[in-house]
Amino acid sequence: MEMVWITISALLTLAIFSFLYKDNPIYKFAEHLLVGASAGYYFVIYFFNSVKPNLIDEVVKNHHLIPLIPGFLGFLILFRLSRKYGWLSRWSIAFYIGTGMGIYIPVAMQANIIEQLRGTMVETGKVGEPPLFNISSFSLLFSDFNWHNLILAINGPILIIGVLCTLAYFFFSKPHKGALGKFAKVGITFLMVGFGASFGYTVMARVSLLIGRMDFLVNTWFRQLFGL
Amino acid sequence: MKRELPLFICALMGITMIIQYFIPHPYSIKFYQTVIGWFIIIMTFAFVLGIMSIARVHWNKVSRKQKDWFYSLVALISLSVTLFVGFAFGIERGKPFMLIFEYIQVPMESTMFSLLAFYIASAAFRTFRARTFEATLLLIAAVIVMLGRVPIGYMISSKIPAISGWILDIPNLAAKRGIMIGVGLGSISMGLKIILGVERSWLGTIGGE
Amino acid sequence: MKNLLDKFLKMDRRYIFFLVALGVIIPLIVPIGLPVDITKPVKDVYDAIDSLPEGSYVIISLDYDPATIPELDPMAYAILRHCFRKNLKVITMTLLPAGPGVAEMATKTCAKLENKKYGEDYVFLGYKVGVSAVILGIGEDIRIPFPQDYYGTSIDDLPMMKGYKNYDDTEIVITISGTNVPASWVAYAHQRYHVNVASGVTAVMAADFYPYLQTGQMVGLIGGLKGAAEYEKLVGVPGKAFVGMDAQSIIHSLIIILIIIGNIAYFIVRKSKKEGVG
Repeated sequence: MEMVWITISALLTLAIFSFLYKDNPIYKFAEHLLVGASAGYYFVIYFFNSVKPNLIDEVVKNHHLIPLIPGFLGFLILFRLSRKYGWLSRWSIAFYIGTGMGIYIPVAMQANIIEQLRGTMVETGKVGEPPLFNISSFSLLFSDFNWHNLILAINGPILIIGVLCTLAYFFFSKPHKGALGKFAKVGITFLMVGFGASFGYTVMARVSLLIGRMDFLVNTWFRQLFGL
Repeated sequence: MKRELPLFICALMGITMIIQYFIPHPYSIKFYQTVIGWFIIIMTFAFVLGIMSIARVHWNKVSRKQKDWFYSLVALISLSVTLFVGFAFGIERGKPFMLIFEYIQVPMESTMFSLLAFYIASAAFRTFRARTFEATLLLIAAVIVMLGRVPIGYMISSKIPAISGWILDIPNLAAKRGIMIGVGLGSISMGLKIILGVERSWLGTIGGE
Repeated sequence: MKNLLDKFLKMDRRYIFFLVALGVIIPLIVPIGLPVDITKPVKDVYDAIDSLPEGSYVIISLDYDPATIPELDPMAYAILRHCFRKNLKVITMTLLPAGPGVAEMATKTCAKLENKKYGEDYVFLGYKVGVSAVILGIGEDIRIPFPQDYYGTSIDDLPMMKGYKNYDDTEIVITISGTNVPASWVAYAHQRYHVNVASGVTAVMAADFYPYLQTGQMVGLIGGLKGAAEYEKLVGVPGKAFVGMDAQSIIHSLIIILIIIGNIAYFIVRKSKKEGVG
C-alpha cells in the first residue's frame, strides 16, 4: 500500500516538474488539487487545534463561559463575506488589530531598534566578548600590525558606518543630494553586499529543495519501484 | 456605529496593551492573559474567513462556468475530500487525513518551490551581469557566499568560508541592521497611526461604505 | 563569432534546466562524500543544547511547512535527536497552520529512533493560531494557548508537564523556520521574557537574522542545508543534509560557471557591438 502512495507522490511531483517544459493541463490539475487539499487541511487544523480546545472544550467540558465572548467576536468576522452585514466584522478586526499593534510596538522598539543600536555601538550582547568598536583593538593593531588585527580593528567602524549609511539611504524626507547623497551612496554599497549575500543564500535554498525532491524521486521511488 | 465604534475599540485595545507592557500590576497581568486567550480565538476565525473566500472564488467560477472552471471543480473536490476525511477519521499520524497531507500536499508544495532552482540558474546565466559598480559588488558577494557555504569552497581554499563569514558578519550585518531599524521605525509609526485612527484603510469598504 | 555568442546568450533555457537536473541527480546516485566544515553560528546552537543538564525543558517550535521540508527536516531531525540523546524534556509545537503534519512526523520519528516515551520524555502541542499571542501566552502560562496537547489530552494530565508553567522553566527555545517567525520569537519570547532563543532557518532567511546573532538575541543560527549538514556532523547522525552536500556543491559551481560564462559572452558581444557602431 505504501508503494501506491509513494507512486502517487512521485507522479504528482513529475506533474509539477512538467511546468518546466511549459504550462500544461496536467500541471494545472495538480496545482488546483494542491490548492483544494491545502485549504481543506488548514480548515481541519484550525478546528481541531484552535476552535475545539480553546473554545468548544472550554465551554462544553470545563463550563467556562468567558470564551464565548471572543467566540462571538470571531464569528462576527465571517460577516465580512456579506455585503449587508459586513460592517459587523469591523468590531472583531478592530480588536485584533488594536491588540496586535499594542503588543507589537513596545517589543519592536526594544528588539529591532534599541537592541540593534546597542549591538552596533556598545556591546555585542555575548558575555565576555568585547564590543566590535573599541579602542583597545586599535592599540593592539598599532603594537602588532597584521591582517587579523587589522580586520578586528576596522570591523566596528565598518559596522557603524554601514548601519548609518544604510539608514541614510532609506531617509526619503530630503532629496539625496550633497552630504546625504554621499552617505546614501555608501549605503547602497552596503545594501548591495547584503543583497548579494542574500542571493547567494537564496540559490543555496532553492537548490536544497530541488535536491530533496530529486532524492525522493531517485532514492525513494525509483529504487523501491525497481527493487534496487 | 459602523466606523466610529471599531475605531474606538482599536484605539482602546492598542493604548491599553501598550500601557500594560510598562505596568505589570497583577490586575493588568490578568487582563493581558485574558486578552491573549481571546486574541487566539478571534484570529482563528479570521483565518477561517480566508479559506471561505478561497472556496467562494472557486465556487463562483464553477457555477458561472467561467474559463478553466474544471480546475476550480478539482480544487473544490479536493477541498471537500480533505474536509471529510479530517472530520470523519481524525488528524493523527497514519489517518487518511495525514496520508493526504504526507503523500499529496507535501510532494507538490515542496516541488513547486524547488522549480525556482531551475529558474535561478537560468536567470544567473542570462541576467546576472557586472554592468555597474553596484551590480559587480552584488555579484562578487553572491559568488563568495555561494562558494563559502558549500564543501567545495572549503576544498578550494579555507580562506573562502572565512571571507564569506566576514561578509555575513560585518557588511551584510550592517545592511540588514539598517533595513531592520528602518522597517522597525516604519512599522511602529504605522502601528501608532492605526491605533490613533489616522490610518483607517483596514476598515475596508463594505457595501459602498 | 558575435552572432554565435549572441545565440548562445539567448539559448533556450531548457538546456540549462537539463544541466541543473543532471547536476543534482548524478551525485545522488554516485556520492562523492565532500567534507563538511563546522561554522561558529551552528556550533553555538550545538553548545547551547549540549551544555544543558539532563531533564531541562526545551521548546522546539517546528515553524515550517511542506514547502521547506527538504531544507529544514534534516535540521529538525538532528536537533531533536540531540535533545533526546541528552535526555532533555522536549516540548514540540508549531506556529504555522501547515506545520502540524510536518512537526508530528519529525517529533514521532526522532522519539522512536531514540526510544523516548510520549508524555514523559516529550510532548507535541500541535498548532495554534496567532504567532505573537501564542508566544506571549506561553510566557504567562503554557495552558493559555495550549490547554491540551495535539491529541486532546489536557496538559495537566501529561506527567512531563506537571510543574511546568512558562519560559521560567525553559532553558532554551529553538525555532526552525522558513518564515519570519524566528524574529517573533526573539521579539516576544526573548525580549519580553528573557528566554534564550536559537534558530534554524532556510538559507533564504539566514542572512536576515545576522543582526540578532551579533546582539546575542539569538544564541546561534543554523542556515540552510549546509547548516543542517554541520549539525548532523556534530551530533554524529549523518542524514539527508550530509548526502545533499555533494549535489549542492556541484550546482553552486555550475551556477557560478554560468554567471562567469554569461558575463564573458555579454562583454564580448557588447564590445563588438560598440566597435560596429563606431
